[in-house]
Amino acid sequence: MDLISAERLESMSSMEKIRLILSKVKRGNIVVLELGLTPEEEVKLIEMTMTEIRLDEFSGIEIESYPVKNESTFINKILGKSGIKTRMTVIGPANQLRTVEKDKYQISTKVSVGD
Amino acid sequence: MSVIRSLKMNFAVWIKWIFGKKRARIGIYGPPNAGKTTLANRIVRDWSGMETGGISHIPHETRRALRTDGVVINANGSSVELDIVDTPGMATKIDFREFMAYGLEEEEAKRRAKEATEGVIEAIKWLEDLDGILLVMDSTEDPYTQVNVTVVGNMEARKLPLLIVANKMDLPKAAPSRIKAAFPQHPLVTISALEGSNIDDLYAAIARHFG
Repeated sequence: MDLISAERLESMSSMEKIRLILSKVKRGNIVVLELGLTPEEEVKLIEMTMTEIRLDEFSGIEIESYPVKNESTFINKILGKSGIKTRMTVIGPANQLRTVEKDKYQISTKVSVGD
Repeated sequence: MSVIRSLKMNFAVWIKWIFGKKRARIGIYGPPNAGKTTLANRIVRDWSGMETGGISHIPHETRRALRTDGVVINANGSSVELDIVDTPGMATKIDFREFMAYGLEEEEAKRRAKEATEGVIEAIKWLEDLDGILLVMDSTEDPYTQVNVTVVGNMEARKLPLLIVANKMDLPKAAPSRIKAAFPQHPLVTISALEGSNIDDLYAAIARHFG
């Protein structure tokens, strides 16, 4: 399992983040992002995942996060900043990470090793 | 007489142009088997007498976006013209073995899986060309799926209108209150696309939000 810090994520471009996540997940790693992805990055990750699916090797990802927080303020609007605050995110291979339960306050997952 | 009629029509077009767009391109999104195509068929059949796509209990039945233009909905004394895009089910994983559990042969299951991955990409591409979304959720399922979270987040980031459709209210396990609790910031209409229950409420909400 790899826990990636907010500092590292903030220094990376969207495509670098997605490439890093996919390369780790395809090797069988579970990735925890201290700061999650923006909605646009999440959708790009899903799109890239679809292109990487191979019938007998890689069936996709399991990704779990909470809805982003929109903390848009008057100052942010003037400065053209979005105010979107991303949340901690867990991503893993679909055949190894399974969400057991998820609600507003807790995500429970089951990790299987060596599948 | 025709000059007066023409002037009246031009005036109406100008009024529409000044006070807001009355034609909108709406995408129907959601996870596989939420009832997107059943809903698209219901809307298109009710207002234009046609059908859009086939339905099945096997996930990813719709693997290409199906677009129907010029569907005019009249509700609450207002009218809106929609171009409706019924999109393939959004997913983060597609495993052909899951289709085999529904009785498909291996080759057919693999072909369906391949087409389904392309369908997800197509659904994502359509996000850039829409004026709003109907996000269809299965009321009997957990609403906190990543597909729902991602689609809602994208609509909020793009500042586009989103109407949540809590489908399958006809089933005993339906609990649309869980969906409302998960996404309280967005309007929600509870329906059964299959039986047509509450469908007039949905049309009123569509006219209000997208008109």
